[in-house]
Amino acid sequence: MSSSLIIGQFIPGSSFIHKLDPRTKIIIIFCFVVIVFFANSVMSYGLLTLFAVGAALATRIRPSFLLKGMKPLWFLVGFTFLLHLFITKEGEILFTVLSFDIYSEAVEQGAAISLRFFLLILFTSLLTLTTTPIEITDAIEELLGPLKKVRFPVHELALMMSISLRFIPTLLQETEKISKAQASRGMDLKTGSAKERIKAVVPLLVPLFVSAFKRAEELAMAMEARGYRGGEGRTKLRELKAGKLDGVSGCIFMIIIIGLFMTRN
Amino acid sequence: MDIEFQHVSYTYQPNTPFEFQALKDISLSIESGSYAAIIGHTGSGKSTLIQHLNGLLQPTEGEVAIGPHRLKADEKAKTLRELRKQVGIVFQYPEHQLFEETVEKDIAFAPKNFGLSDAEVKRRTKQAIEAVQLSEDVLQRSPFELSGGQMRRAAIAGVLAMKPQVLVLDEPTAGLDPKGQSDMMDMFARLHRNQGMTTILVTHSMEDALAYAEHLFILNEGEKYMEGKPEHLFLDKNALADVNLDLPEMISFLKRLETYTGHAIPYRNQSVTELAKDVAEIVKKGARS
Repeated sequence: MSSSLIIGQFIPGSSFIHKLDPRTKIIIIFCFVVIVFFANSVMSYGLLTLFAVGAALATRIRPSFLLKGMKPLWFLVGFTFLLHLFITKEGEILFTVLSFDIYSEAVEQGAAISLRFFLLILFTSLLTLTTTPIEITDAIEELLGPLKKVRFPVHELALMMSISLRFIPTLLQETEKISKAQASRGMDLKTGSAKERIKAVVPLLVPLFVSAFKRAEELAMAMEARGYRGGEGRTKLRELKAGKLDGVSGCIFMIIIIGLFMTRN
Repeated sequence: MDIEFQHVSYTYQPNTPFEFQALKDISLSIESGSYAAIIGHTGSGKSTLIQHLNGLLQPTEGEVAIGPHRLKADEKAKTLRELRKQVGIVFQYPEHQLFEETVEKDIAFAPKNFGLSDAEVKRRTKQAIEAVQLSEDVLQRSPFELSGGQMRRAAIAGVLAMKPQVLVLDEPTAGLDPKGQSDMMDMFARLHRNQGMTTILVTHSMEDALAYAEHLFILNEGEKYMEGKPEHLFLDKNALADVNLDLPEMISFLKRLETYTGHAIPYRNQSVTELAKDVAEIVKKGARS
């Protein structure tokens, strides 16, 4: 797929962010998503931006690639900014555009919210960019482990997740292959009325479903043939181990949190 | 339609960490009405190359000319629809593209898309099903209840119904049993003869390339490695071994025969039965002398 959206893609690398325990990464990102909403001063925003940008640079993925990959989301960020710019009506009037009064509060609000948005997108995309899907599911299974006590099917959930993640690229490839075959037979998704275009998807969806079901059946059979019988007593090939790096990153993050609360208004 | 590639390069996902150059400065031409084969190891760029033939891909550099149509880098092709009508591609495992309720509707998909009248569509469906040697009562059945071989034939009929001037086949016999494979290849040879189509075969089978193609292209790592008449190219065992390709069985047998007995039998596209007769002849002569 030549799609420019990079969210959800894994980019192999050997930076220390790649090497972090996926559990650490998930916890830090989860907390980050929460604390972003506590920032309310220039200093606190600056601190968070510094942290997020620093982390992004530490992945050693080309910044231009990161920014380009977020391109489809720039629109969303820009739209949020404009929305706030025109809707908020507090503070002094700064200037007037096409009979719209632009207030000072509006500019501040708009900038803050868009920055928040940008930070959220950038930081959360670092998880999938530096962690393989398998690691992510393993980590989620571990983190949700305590729920097993209340009979929550954690293992099954994690298995379902890893299977679906595993088959996303396969399905994308399949979609591309079938759409090329049908395009060669004159299928046209780009012109015609809305109704025609929806109908034009059928030649794509039917073969896709057929092959997905076939694949699911084959996978189930292959798992059974290799003696899979659920999570009970199953051991892991790769145990997750938190190391020094994780401690250090945890500490840095703690410092950031403390710093954030000190720089808040 | 004559086909010509001029210095064509193609790069997947340029300017990303996944950048991959699949074709490197390929120039080649295929004469109208000829039967060409493209062989090469996995990942040599065969599939990428054929996707340029009906504009599914556009070259990142260079130019492709198919009859009156032109595909250039950074230029939108104007006659894409017309081009796709004239170039039919049978992809690997074409049975995966079946989707309609009945075989008839599925075969009619392409001709309908290209705006043919109902009567003409009906006529073509009938011709196509005959061409792939399926009986007409298959037409009313669901494509999903057919056997694997029948499904493939039905899918191929769906491409033939466009009456393409150029037919591209991407490993059309993959996954078929030996009898099914030779039936399929004979069917394409007959279509090629009777309908005067330019046929381009992508294959892993050296035997098929030798037996059916008039002109052969060998690709290696995105570059054109050799081209020429198959019976000439296959004489150069070392050059083929360098790109991990084997000799066709027939040629390697003739070579070994020559080494062991000193008798050279020229390759002239003979069948195994004819070859056996030739060998018997030599053995008899050997007994006499």
